Amino acid sequence: MRRGLKVIGYLLQKEFLQIFRNRGMLPIIFIMPFIQLVILSNAATFDVRNVPFHLQDMDRTALSARLAEQFTGSGWFNLTGESFSERKSVERLVAGQANVSLVIPRDFEKELMTRGEAKVQLVINAEDGFSAGVIQAYSNDIVRSFNRTLSSVLPNGLSHSGVGEIVVKSSAWYNPELVYSDYMVPGILVVLVTLVGLFLSGMNVVREKEIGTIDQINVTPMRRYQFITGKLLPFWIIGLGELTLGLVIARLGFHVPMLGSYAVVYLVAAIYMLVVLGMGLLISTLTDSQQQAMFIAWFFMVIFTLMSGLFTSIESMPHWAQNLTMANPVRHFVDIMRRVMLKGAGLAEISSPLLILTADAVLMLALAVNRYRKVSD
Amino acid sequence: MNEGVIRAEGLTKTFGEFRAVDAISFCVAEGEVFGFLGANGAGKTTAIKMLTGLLSPSGGKASVAGFDVYREAEKIKRNIGYMSQRFSLYDDLTPMENIRFFGGIYGLGRREIAEKGRFLIESLGLGPVAGNRLGSLPLGWKQKLAFSVAVMHEPKIVFLDEPTGGVDPLTRRRFWEMIYEAAARGLTVFVTTHYMDEAEYCDRISIMVDGRIAALGTPAALQAEFGVGSMDELFIRLARPRAKEGI
Repeated sequence: MRRGLKVIGYLLQKEFLQIFRNRGMLPIIFIMPFIQLVILSNAATFDVRNVPFHLQDMDRTALSARLAEQFTGSGWFNLTGESFSERKSVERLVAGQANVSLVIPRDFEKELMTRGEAKVQLVINAEDGFSAGVIQAYSNDIVRSFNRTLSSVLPNGLSHSGVGEIVVKSSAWYNPELVYSDYMVPGILVVLVTLVGLFLSGMNVVREKEIGTIDQINVTPMRRYQFITGKLLPFWIIGLGELTLGLVIARLGFHVPMLGSYAVVYLVAAIYMLVVLGMGLLISTLTDSQQQAMFIAWFFMVIFTLMSGLFTSIESMPHWAQNLTMANPVRHFVDIMRRVMLKGAGLAEISSPLLILTADAVLMLALAVNRYRKVSD
Repeated sequence: MNEGVIRAEGLTKTFGEFRAVDAISFCVAEGEVFGFLGANGAGKTTAIKMLTGLLSPSGGKASVAGFDVYREAEKIKRNIGYMSQRFSLYDDLTPMENIRFFGGIYGLGRREIAEKGRFLIESLGLGPVAGNRLGSLPLGWKQKLAFSVAVMHEPKIVFLDEPTGGVDPLTRRRFWEMIYEAAARGLTVFVTTHYMDEAEYCDRISIMVDGRIAALGTPAALQAEFGVGSMDELFIRLARPRAKEGI
C-alpha cells in the first residue's frame, strides 16, 4: 500500500510540474475566475433598463402628454424619437432604434373625459420574449399608476378608483434588493469549477494518448487506481482552489452574502468535482485526440449550462425539459450554491440534490474507470 | 520449459478482416540481440504491443520472461523495459524529472533514483543541459536518454520500437554501442528497425512481410540461404513480391 501511494506521489509530482510549466494554460487558470465573475455577473442580468422608447402621440393633449411623461420619467424607458404616423414608428422598431412604441390615438383625452375609458396601443419588439415580457409588465405598472392619478382629473362619477382598490405590494425575499450579481455569482462559480474539471482532466489524458506517452505508462506496472488517482487529484485540487478564489472575489468584490456555511459548500464541491472529473476522464477514454475531446466537452458544457437554470429559469421550461434537467449535475450544484449562499440552507435542506450528485459521482467514476484499460483490444 | 525469454507460437492479431499479425512463431534466447525487421505496416509494432501487454492477442500463445501474455501481463510489465522512437519521455520535463518519474513508477527508492540519475546525466554528457526541458535537446540525446530510462529499473528484456528513427549514422552507431553494453550485462534486446545496416548488428533477425515471418536466422545464414550479398538485397527480395506499391 505504501509503495502504491508512492507511485501516485510520483505521478502527482509530474502532473503538477507539467501543469505549472504550461505557459499557455496557467494564466488562464488563475485569470478565468476574475473575468468570468466580473463580466458574466454584470452582463448576464435579468434586469431590463433604458429601453429605447418611441412615442406616437396623435392626440397631443394635456392628458396624453401626462401619460407619455409617466413612461419617459419612469427610469425604465429612454425616449429615442417621436413621430405622428404608424409607418414611421414601425420603421423605428424595424431599424432597432426603438424596442417599444407607445401609440396614443386621437381623441384619447376626449374619450377619457366623456366615457371614462380610452385605449392606447403598445407595440413591443418581442424578438427577445423575456425582455418583451418585462417591458409589458413595466408598462402595465405605469398605466395602472396613471389610472390612479386620474381620479383627481376626471369628472366625478366617471372614476372607478378609490373604492376598494387592491394594491399589490411585493417584497423580495432572500435577495431583498434584487441585486442580480447576488443571484448570478453563485451559479457562475459552478460554471467555473465545471470548466476546470471537465476540460483540464479530459484534455490531459487524451493528450498523453496523442503524443503516445500513455503507452509508455501502460507498459509499466502502474495500477489503474494509481493512474486514475494521480491523474484526477491535481484537477480536483485545482478545481477547489478555483472555487476558493471565486468565493473570495464574490465576497470582497461583489459583497455576495454567505448565509450558509463554507463547509457545506466545500463538501458539495468536493463531490461535484468527482462527477465532472469522471466525465472528463470518460470523454478522454472515448476519444483519440484533443480535438474530439474538446468538441464533446463543449457539447456537454453548453447543454449543461443552458439547462442549469443559471441564465433562464427552469420553471419556465416545458415539462419534458424540466425533467431532463434532473440529469444535469450543473443544475443541482447551481441550485445548491444559491440555496446555501443566499438562503442559508444546511445539509438537511439540500439533501436531495446532494444525493443525486453523489449518485452521479459514483456512476461517472465507475464508467470512466471501467472504460480506462491498460490493454487495448 | 524450453529456453527462451520471449516465446511466440502462432501469435495472431486481427482487426476485423485484416490479419495484422498472422500466426508468427519465434523464440528469443536470454542475452540475445534479436532484430525484428519489416517494411512499414508489416505488423512489427502490433507484434511488439502484444508482447509488452499493450494489446491483447486474437490467438496463439506467447510468453515473456516466463509469463503468459494473456494472464500475467502485469507480471511481464515488471520485467521489461520499453522504448519507442516516436514517444517515450516527456518533452516538457527536464532529463532529471523524466528519470525521477519513470524511476518512481517502477518502484525505485528515492536515493537509488538520485544516484542513477546523477550517473546517467554524467555518462550521457547531459550535465550542461540537465536543467533544460527535454524538448529543446537534439533527438539523438533524447533517444539515448530514453533508452537509459527504459533499462534503469534493470529489466530482463528491453523492447525497442524503431529506436533510431530519424537520427544521423554517428548517433545511431553510439546508440548501438549502448545496446551492446546492455546486452553484455545479460539484457535481452528485442529491437525493430528498418535500417538494414543495423540488422547486421543483431545476433539473429526475423523479417516480417504482410504479418508473417518470412525469414528467421543469423544475418550471415540468411544471406547465404537466399543467395544475396547484403541485408538490403535480402530485404528487397523478401518484401518486393508482396509489396503493393512503392518501396
